[in-house]
Amino acid sequence: MAGADGDDSLYPIAVLIDELRNEDVQLRLNSIKKLSTIALALGVERTRTELLPFLTDTIYDEDEVLLALAEQLGNFTMLVGGPEYVHCLLPPLESLATVEETVVRDKAVESLRKISQEHSPVDLEVHFEPLVKRLASGDWFTSRTSACGLFSVCYPRVSSTVKAEIRQHFRTLCSDDTPMVRRAAASKLGEFAKVLELDYVKSDIISLFTALASDEQDSVRLLAVEACVSIATLLPQEDLESLVMPTLRQAAEDKSWRVRYMVADKFSELQKAVGPEITKNDLVPAFQNLLKDCEAEVRAAAANKVKEFCENLPEDNREQIIMTHILPCVKELVSDTNQHVKSALASVIMGLSTILGKDNTIEHLLPLFLAQLKDECPEVRLNIISNLDCVNEVIGIRQLSQSLLPAIVELAEDAKWRVRLAIIEYMPLLAGQLGVEFFDEKLNTLCMAWLIDHVYAIREAATCNLMKLVEKFGAEWAQNTIVPKVLGMANDPNYLHRMTTLFCINALSEACGQDITTKQMLPVVLKMSNDQVANVRFNVAKSLQKIGPVLDSNALQTEVKPVLEKLATDTDMDVKYFAQEAISVLVLA
Amino acid sequence: SSASAPFSVPSAEKVDGFPRRSMRRARQRRSHSSSQFRYQSSQVELTPLPLLKDAPVAELHDLFCKKLQQCCVLFDFLDCVADLKGKEIKRAALNELVESVATSRGVLIEPLYPEAIKMISVNIFRTLPPSENPEFDPEEDEPTLEASWPHLQLVYEFFLRFLESPDFQPSMAKRYVDQKFVLQLLELFDSEDPREREYLKTILHRVYGKLLGLRAYIRKQINNIFLRFIYETEHFNGVAELLEILGSIINGFALPLKAEHKQFLVRVLIPLHTAKSLSIFHAQLAYCVVQFMEKDATVTEYIIRGLLKYWPKTCTQKEVMFLGEIEEILDVIEPSQFIRVQEPLFKQIAACISSPHFQVAERALYFWNNEYILSLIEENCQVILPLVFATLYRVSKEHWNQTIVSLIYNVLKTFMEMNSKLFDDLTASYKVEKQKELKRDRERADLWRGLEEHQDRRMQMLTEAARNQRNLQERGERGDPPSPSSPQTSHSDQPELKPSGASSSSSGGGESAT
Repeated sequence: MAGADGDDSLYPIAVLIDELRNEDVQLRLNSIKKLSTIALALGVERTRTELLPFLTDTIYDEDEVLLALAEQLGNFTMLVGGPEYVHCLLPPLESLATVEETVVRDKAVESLRKISQEHSPVDLEVHFEPLVKRLASGDWFTSRTSACGLFSVCYPRVSSTVKAEIRQHFRTLCSDDTPMVRRAAASKLGEFAKVLELDYVKSDIISLFTALASDEQDSVRLLAVEACVSIATLLPQEDLESLVMPTLRQAAEDKSWRVRYMVADKFSELQKAVGPEITKNDLVPAFQNLLKDCEAEVRAAAANKVKEFCENLPEDNREQIIMTHILPCVKELVSDTNQHVKSALASVIMGLSTILGKDNTIEHLLPLFLAQLKDECPEVRLNIISNLDCVNEVIGIRQLSQSLLPAIVELAEDAKWRVRLAIIEYMPLLAGQLGVEFFDEKLNTLCMAWLIDHVYAIREAATCNLMKLVEKFGAEWAQNTIVPKVLGMANDPNYLHRMTTLFCINALSEACGQDITTKQMLPVVLKMSNDQVANVRFNVAKSLQKIGPVLDSNALQTEVKPVLEKLATDTDMDVKYFAQEAISVLVLA
Repeated sequence: SSASAPFSVPSAEKVDGFPRRSMRRARQRRSHSSSQFRYQSSQVELTPLPLLKDAPVAELHDLFCKKLQQCCVLFDFLDCVADLKGKEIKRAALNELVESVATSRGVLIEPLYPEAIKMISVNIFRTLPPSENPEFDPEEDEPTLEASWPHLQLVYEFFLRFLESPDFQPSMAKRYVDQKFVLQLLELFDSEDPREREYLKTILHRVYGKLLGLRAYIRKQINNIFLRFIYETEHFNGVAELLEILGSIINGFALPLKAEHKQFLVRVLIPLHTAKSLSIFHAQLAYCVVQFMEKDATVTEYIIRGLLKYWPKTCTQKEVMFLGEIEEILDVIEPSQFIRVQEPLFKQIAACISSPHFQVAERALYFWNNEYILSLIEENCQVILPLVFATLYRVSKEHWNQTIVSLIYNVLKTFMEMNSKLFDDLTASYKVEKQKELKRDRERADLWRGLEEHQDRRMQMLTEAARNQRNLQERGERGDPPSPSSPQTSHSDQPELKPSGASSSSSGGGESAT
């Protein structure tokens, strides 16, 4: 330790501590974030005896600083001398676990969970478990809330007496006076159940689960639904009916839509947890009810699960269940009054075609797809279009193309630019599925029209779209269909359109190759160097820099270089700047 | 949001990013259904009953009771043409009940209490529907109104008249207006409809005033609502209304303040200042805070230090509100309390004066226009002037806004007149202080550079120590078949802060061996 000692004397603790309590919060925060550096400078012993007590005593700082501290301490084991000393970190973390601010507390609990693993079983009982107990019986709700997250990490590694105590503490918190603590306990119920012995799951957890699931506050009840998944997974099939199902049935019909929403949201997990028999008898009717719920929020959550639910149905009578029970509800949802519901459905409905096969898709699903493609809400149409690949596999996209086209055209001209942006992003996919002929005939004009959209983001996306199309259809296609139109815009009276030509060239040159770039694009770019508008001229410089690597050295030297040199003496300072930059990047100087 | 953001916005309204006002308004005009409706098993056909005013005295109570039962039937108000006859019968009955309870004496006899409370509960208690607009901004958007208001309003009116009736007897009511009832009542404060919250406010106030046994419970549940609002959901529509009730409750607190009430101030009211939607209830909150101070001046320090702790860092609009509240507090502060907080307070005020946002700077500088505050500053000039001088001096030369610059000149002038000697000293030492500050910055940079170099050396040492230890072990174990993960492959040259359990103890050993 000789070398280390020498260093220590350089850094008296006072100086370091001064840094940790600098008046400026930002500086204090910086120091806390480098706490490990300070600890290393002090060495393990002084970190334990001087730094940690200081930190424990000064936990009255800004929440931001406390958050950084809570995070740091989770990685401090080695800096205090390894696992045998890790318990030294408990006092400051215990204080942090009681502060008001949730993010700080959560981080402290996270760090405590982390270092709990580094405790030996003995230390866990001597140091860690008492801390959990203190937190669990704290005066203010914050410490009790934090305790909820610590039971499951120490339970598996302590003696059976201590285990009994832990179970008792958890039980107490589940019926705590404040809803905040009950919520914390309910949210950890599933996790705690997983580390408990099966007998205790049946005797303890089930009664807590039942109580929390019928709490007076819906914010507690809905958390019990989450726990339901874990608990159902742990229990043997024969116990599910008596121990879990009454509560789950009650939750699916809860008077609060928040609880029903939660059931809908967790439906696939619940379905897997309870198995095929209960699914058939109980969950199918429950799911139907959720799809018909009076709150749109719940219907939308359930609609989102339609595909997953159907996929996970037992295969022997999956088709029959879907056709007789689910599909009628789905049909109604297609014309729901709420657009979120319709759009949730549209994002998954195409997935049903793979499950139901070709004939059913054509007979039953296709009319629904077509109806949704004509929906008044653009998001619904978009969601259908974005999932076309699912149907393509089953029946081919041609079946849809008649209805597809008007839908695309309408979206392409939607008043909201984000809608237009979204449909542009699907163009390469659509082009691939519809084929080059259909594309040329119907969609090409749209793609070109976007290039002169009045929103820059659309013009930019349109440029990028062209590049992807060229990658898909090849340079020859580009030369015949796209390049002439793009280059034609170089003579447009609107300078924004002239600039679009340059942006397109930037995007296309690589995909089009040297020949097209040199023979067709380069002359246009060079000619534009005389443009009236400085923005066009400096974009010429940028374009030349961009397409330079595609050109051969002859063209660079004889054609590009003189133009750039001229631009480098332009009256406009930006033009000069970009010309010089291009010259230096292309090594033409 | 940027144009290149991926298209993942869930609702079509947000698709544009810049929805036009008129469109949003039009959409918001729609009103909610209450999801209670579907829980009514079957629709009952209502038949009109005789009028209360025509009833013979002997039958009055019986008829009153029947009307109450009639009013327990719920109607679908989203369908505005459904069962118009029934709706009208119920409306008329409610009107009569309101009228009767408000004007005639002797109507409220004991058997009517459970019936009345049942009618009220059936009508008002419901799970509030999800907000039509998930990003509902109470300041910008029109609230969604409760569809069944034509009936609901009359039920609330009846409840209010019932509580305010001279015949009302708390001893009878408390059997039915119990904790469970109050809890449900409090949850309704989340209603988006301001008309409903207004009724709830008055009603809860009456309940608090008349049913003494519920007071502590009501305060506790309001605490829970606030704590959930602050630390969990950040969403509750009725914060302002609840604070308004609390304002008058605080007014009635007995002295000395109970620990419970101080805890409420420190752990609930002060943290409420962190809420994103502070502007909606700031006036009521500031009123509560000042009420506390006027009750008991010793809480002043908690309040000021609390506000300083939660001082907004990025939201200038909130900063202006905080400054306004500080001024309200300073208006009534006791000079002895002022001395306890002046240092941290004026450091913050100095920081506000140097804010590039002119409204923040201006709001802070207005403090010097307040005569009482000015007198406090003057009394403590020796402490305060050195705290703010450097800022004033610097900002007077740098601020972009001319109004701020001239306000600062006025403040400087005031200080010069207050204590010209101190002022001159500070002016003289300004440059020296500036130099000292720069030197401190340099020293700090040096310190950290040194520390980081030390860390690098140390990490290297530790890594080497660990490697030596492994080599030693390996040498010792030679003869055993080579383990699948040999140290050379498992140990990277990158120093690791936290090696796995076994190796970290061995690295500790290596350290003490050197």
